Amino acid sequence: MSTPATPLWEVFIRSRSGLAHRHVGSVHAADATLAMQAARDVYTRRGEGLSVWIVPSNAIIASDPADKEMMFEPTASKIYRHPTFYEVPDEVGHM
Amino acid sequence: MTTTITVAATPLARLALARADDALILGHRLSEWCGHAPILEEDLSLANIALDLIGQARSLYTLAGAVTGHTEDQLAYLRDERQFSNLLLVEQPNGDFALTIARLFLYSAYIDPYWRALGATDSALSDIAAKAEKESGYHLRHSAEWLIRLGDGTEESHRRAQSALDRLFPFTAEMFDPLPDDVAIDPADWTAEVDTILTHATLTRPSPAWQHNGGRAGRHTEHLGHLLAEMQHLQRTHPGATW
Repeated sequence: MSTPATPLWEVFIRSRSGLAHRHVGSVHAADATLAMQAARDVYTRRGEGLSVWIVPSNAIIASDPADKEMMFEPTASKIYRHPTFYEVPDEVGHM
Repeated sequence: MTTTITVAATPLARLALARADDALILGHRLSEWCGHAPILEEDLSLANIALDLIGQARSLYTLAGAVTGHTEDQLAYLRDERQFSNLLLVEQPNGDFALTIARLFLYSAYIDPYWRALGATDSALSDIAAKAEKESGYHLRHSAEWLIRLGDGTEESHRRAQSALDRLFPFTAEMFDPLPDDVAIDPADWTAEVDTILTHATLTRPSPAWQHNGGRAGRHTEHLGHLLAEMQHLQRTHPGATW
C-alpha cells in the first residue's frame, strides 16, 4: 500500500560473485534501513542473493517512451555491431 | 495411537526442550500474523522470522527426542500445557504490531547473545547455536529498528510502543532463571543493550515492582492453552495423521 510515509525503493540483487546486480522489483519502506530489510525479506528468501542494492525509486532517471524511435530504432539496422561474425577458438572457453 | 507422551527430564532434555519450546511458541505466535501484517513487506518479514524460529525448534526437539526417545512432532504436538517449559513472555498474545515487535525485541536481545555464548562452548547444543545466532542477529536488528521507529514515530506509535513495554517487562526476568548445564547471560548486559535501543526510541524502560515466573516449570498464563489447542488440534483429532 502506497502512503507518503513509505515511499517506493527499487531493489537490485547480485546472485553470484562476478555477476552484476540485477533489478528484481521494489518495496515500500519508511527509510533506507527498513527498505534494505524489506528487500532482504521479500527477495532473498530462497538463497537468491549475495548482495543487495537499494535505490529510491524517485532517483531513477527513466528514458521517455515518446523518444523510443529516436533512441533505439537506429541500432536495428547495424547488425555488424553484434559479435556474431567471429569464430571463437575453443581454448577461449565460456565468454 | 498415543495422544499424550511423558518425557524423561534429563538435564540435556530439559535444556533442549526449554529452548525448543521458546522458539516454537514464539514462532507460532509470529505465524499468526501471516496475511494480517500492516504491509506486505512486514508480512513476509514476520513469516520469515517465524520460520527461522520453528526451524530452530525442530533442531532442538530432534536433539531432545534423541535423549527421550521421541520424534520432533511428538514433542511439539503430544505434550500438554503443563509439560511445555517455554517462557511466559513468548506465549503472550500478539496484541498490536508494537506489542509483537516489543516481544520479539526483548526476547532477541536475550537469545542472540545467548546463542553466541553457547556456540562458543563445547555443548550438545553448540551446532544448533552456531546456526541460530545468524538468525537471531537479524531478528534483533529487525525488531530494534522497528521499535526505534515506533517509539520515535508518531504520538500514537510512541504511546503503543511504551504500552507494549509496560505490559511485557514483568515477563522478562524469567529469561535469566538458570537452566541445567547452561551458559548464563548477565542481566546487566541485556539491560544495557535494551537501554541503548530504548534511548534511540525515546521510550522509557519500565521498572515493574513484580515479575511473573513459572513458565519453565509448566505454570503458564491462560494464553498458552488456547495456542496449543489450535496448534495441536489436528494431531489430537487425528492421531498420527501425516501429510
